[in-house]
Amino acid sequence: MAPSSVKLQELIRLIRTAKTQAEERAIIQKECADIRSSFREEDPSFRCRNVAKLLYMHMLGYPAHFGQMECLKLIASPRFSDKRVGYLGAMLLLDERQDASLLITNSIKNDMNHNSQYVQGLALCTLGCMGSSEMCRDLATEVERLLKTSNSYIKKKAALSAVHVVRKVPELIELYIPAAESLLGGKNHGVLHSAVVLITEMCVRNPEATCKFKKVVPELVQIMKNLIMSGYSPEHNVGGISDPFLQVQMLCLMRILGQNDDEVSEAMNDILAQVATNTDTSKNAGNAILYETVLTIMDIRSESGLRVLAVNILGRFLLNSDKNIRYIAMTSLLKMVQTDHNAVQRHRGTIVDCLKDTDASVKRRALDLTFALINGHNIRSMIKELLQFLDHCPAELRSDCASGIFLAAEKYAPSKRWHIDTILRVLTTAGSYVRDETVPNLIQLITNTSELYAYTVHKLYQAVLADISQQPLVQVAAWCIGEYGEFLLSGTCEEEKTVKVTEDDMLDVLEMILQSHMSSPATRGYALTSLMKLSTRISDNVDRIRKIVSIYGSCIDVELQQRAIEYNTLFKKYDHMRVAVLERMPVIEKNSQVCSDKSTKVLNDENKPFSLSKPNQTEVKIQNAANQQTVDLLDLIGISDPSSTPVVQNNQEKMVGGELLDLLGGINFGAIPSITAYNKNGLTVEFFFEKVGNNELSIQLKAKNATAKDMKEFILQAAVPKNIQIHLQAPSGSVLPALCSGCVSQTILISNPNKVSLKMRLRLSYSIEGSTVQDICEVNNFPPQTWQ
Amino acid sequence: MMQFMLLFSRQGKLRLQKWYVPLSDKEKKKITRELVQTVLARKPKMCSFLEWRDLKIVYKRYASLYFCCAIEDQDNELITLEIIHRYVELLDKYFGSVCELDIIFNFEKAYFILDEFLLGGEAQETSKKNVLKAIEQADLLQEDPAVLEVKMFKIHLPGLSIFILNDKSALQANG
Repeated sequence: MAPSSVKLQELIRLIRTAKTQAEERAIIQKECADIRSSFREEDPSFRCRNVAKLLYMHMLGYPAHFGQMECLKLIASPRFSDKRVGYLGAMLLLDERQDASLLITNSIKNDMNHNSQYVQGLALCTLGCMGSSEMCRDLATEVERLLKTSNSYIKKKAALSAVHVVRKVPELIELYIPAAESLLGGKNHGVLHSAVVLITEMCVRNPEATCKFKKVVPELVQIMKNLIMSGYSPEHNVGGISDPFLQVQMLCLMRILGQNDDEVSEAMNDILAQVATNTDTSKNAGNAILYETVLTIMDIRSESGLRVLAVNILGRFLLNSDKNIRYIAMTSLLKMVQTDHNAVQRHRGTIVDCLKDTDASVKRRALDLTFALINGHNIRSMIKELLQFLDHCPAELRSDCASGIFLAAEKYAPSKRWHIDTILRVLTTAGSYVRDETVPNLIQLITNTSELYAYTVHKLYQAVLADISQQPLVQVAAWCIGEYGEFLLSGTCEEEKTVKVTEDDMLDVLEMILQSHMSSPATRGYALTSLMKLSTRISDNVDRIRKIVSIYGSCIDVELQQRAIEYNTLFKKYDHMRVAVLERMPVIEKNSQVCSDKSTKVLNDENKPFSLSKPNQTEVKIQNAANQQTVDLLDLIGISDPSSTPVVQNNQEKMVGGELLDLLGGINFGAIPSITAYNKNGLTVEFFFEKVGNNELSIQLKAKNATAKDMKEFILQAAVPKNIQIHLQAPSGSVLPALCSGCVSQTILISNPNKVSLKMRLRLSYSIEGSTVQDICEVNNFPPQTWQ
Repeated sequence: MMQFMLLFSRQGKLRLQKWYVPLSDKEKKKITRELVQTVLARKPKMCSFLEWRDLKIVYKRYASLYFCCAIEDQDNELITLEIIHRYVELLDKYFGSVCELDIIFNFEKAYFILDEFLLGGEAQETSKKNVLKAIEQADLLQEDPAVLEVKMFKIHLPGLSIFILNDKSALQANG
């Protein structure tokens, strides 16, 4: 026997004196050793204290599971103090999935029949907290028996244990229906509350129970009436409200009973109206009831007048001084904006005002709700508010706000000009917070609005003069100056304050963008290409352009350098074609794939202006690599729109114009031989490679199925060594048709900055004739060009 | 239904944990760590609710202690705040101007009180008086095991009945 056992409070004090983690650990280890030896000696005198100590250590995060069996022994002890700690330990240390919890069932059963109600209470509480479904089955009838005792202390606990039983074993619902109903007749609020919880739980889980309990609605209404009509009762009063806990629970049950039932809903109408109008809203408790009432009114078949009342309560909540209430109002309005749009719309003013709320979470909700309320009629005023909000909104909301404005503007824009203005405004105020696809989206919008070319390019020119730090704005501006520079020169803009712009002014701006330290590589790319485009749109300053372009021929940025050299070659060797090559971009079709997040994420680091159809573009490059042994400059230009440049042969007839500038891809690289990565059971996976940039590799994989049956749910996963990054794009499909009559292709992007030798592990799974096949293989035969 | 309740200090030390859903110890620890971090990082001006996984977290700070509950989607956040407040009132009445140290050194008592107030994640008693009465009598049993065999009769601890809960007591919410 341990000679001296430290008291629990002594131990806690000792642990709290520990100054370091290590010191604390040492104290606990020593104490655990003592406790273990005491446990081994089966000494009951300190068992209770030891388990309590273990529970404290458990809370500090130390393992205490060796005390599980001791808890069971404590529960079996006749002493109340032992039982109390034993049950507490069981609830904290025992997991319903452990075998130890099976051993506890018998003790609980015995204690449920104990002559002390407090022991019975402990047993019921433990069952209701951690009872597994097996325990629940074993003890369900005991619980039911206790539901019918006259002791309200036991009744309420039994009812909530029954709730747990019903949650674990829904088929036992039948057992409790009669007893639960009779509990509603009592006066004790604890019992009533527990009974309502039990009935609610049964109704949620079982539609038949719902039907059966519909007949208690008059009783519920009466209890509710008594609650709100009865005078002051200090026992249940909370801030002037009579038992808010019970009221809320009753309202919740009414909601479930009244759903899709006109008759029941009708029966509740009056009492709901009464609660909605008479509840005191000065305290949180009253608002909790009102909130529950609103939820019930909106969920059942209530009269339209009542529904308006409910929405108005939420409208009042929006003006409440308590931020929690405002938050609740926002979340609820957001939920009902679909069903009761007009009612919510009436509170638009208040909601928009909440954008100025001091509480960040309320602000966020208000923003969501504001976007939900935008429609064709209010778009101008709402966006005006939102743009103002964007000016001073917290950084974490900016990006959401910006993309919300874009979406709304796209959906409801009253005019193209308004649309372009709105986007420009967002770009000037929150340019660094917009998503990457914004730039191509805006360019697409601009190209489709030929009547506003002059207006747009003037506006962008001015915006860039004012601020060249907002990258997306600068990119769009550079693009537009390149494409529509002639409008800038002619000054044919109907705007009142058109400034005269000279060729040198334009070139100054583009050069400034190229040289600014704030410009990202991508922005520089836009500017350089834009300069090149201008070489065909202006008359006098072509030499200046040639000079700038040649300077970047030795730029440290590889992409930029490559581009500059291409342009230089265009000047020198193919000057006769320059005008045709640099023609204005055709109007760009809206490509649904543009917005696909995945592709933008991977490609946004690649320096490619004009890449409006990013997914397509990757494919083009890959096919180029696969098809062509030598790649020369002309071929690359050949991907421009076939109609505008008939000179060049084009092997990609179907491509839209967006890929003009695919000249960047693969110019320096010969094609890399393809490999077969996997070939088993008729499934072949082939890899085609193409280098993208210096450290990146794009792998186009093609999977084919040579068997006579289709392979379905084909999934391929790949893993690479740690210092290589991999990104799998979405596959083209999941079905491999039989007999190689089709294939699934997927692009894998590899980033390998350390140039380590490439290896890959593939996990493939597919189902054939209903059976699932899984396989893992290693690919070690990558050609060295793929990583060197 | 409340899925769990956590009490932790401003330093992030766990002071009480009550789980009404079966989870492994590892999961419990992970959830606790995550929530303590999230809640402590919230600014005082923010509201008491946050969405977390598919649950709603309702928390309130009383002096140095955070009371944090996870409830389900259909549950009422405002009444959960009342439940937290009621629990604080119960602790306050039981300990008499309760402070964090009371809960550290008598953590088992804090659990006993909680188990008289909530069961299986639902409120079992809506009257403060009844909860305290039950605790007092169970405490008496604990002190004198012989009472267990005797038929129960009403006894009030002299000290406890004179406590009058003062809303401005030590556990009032800061701000």
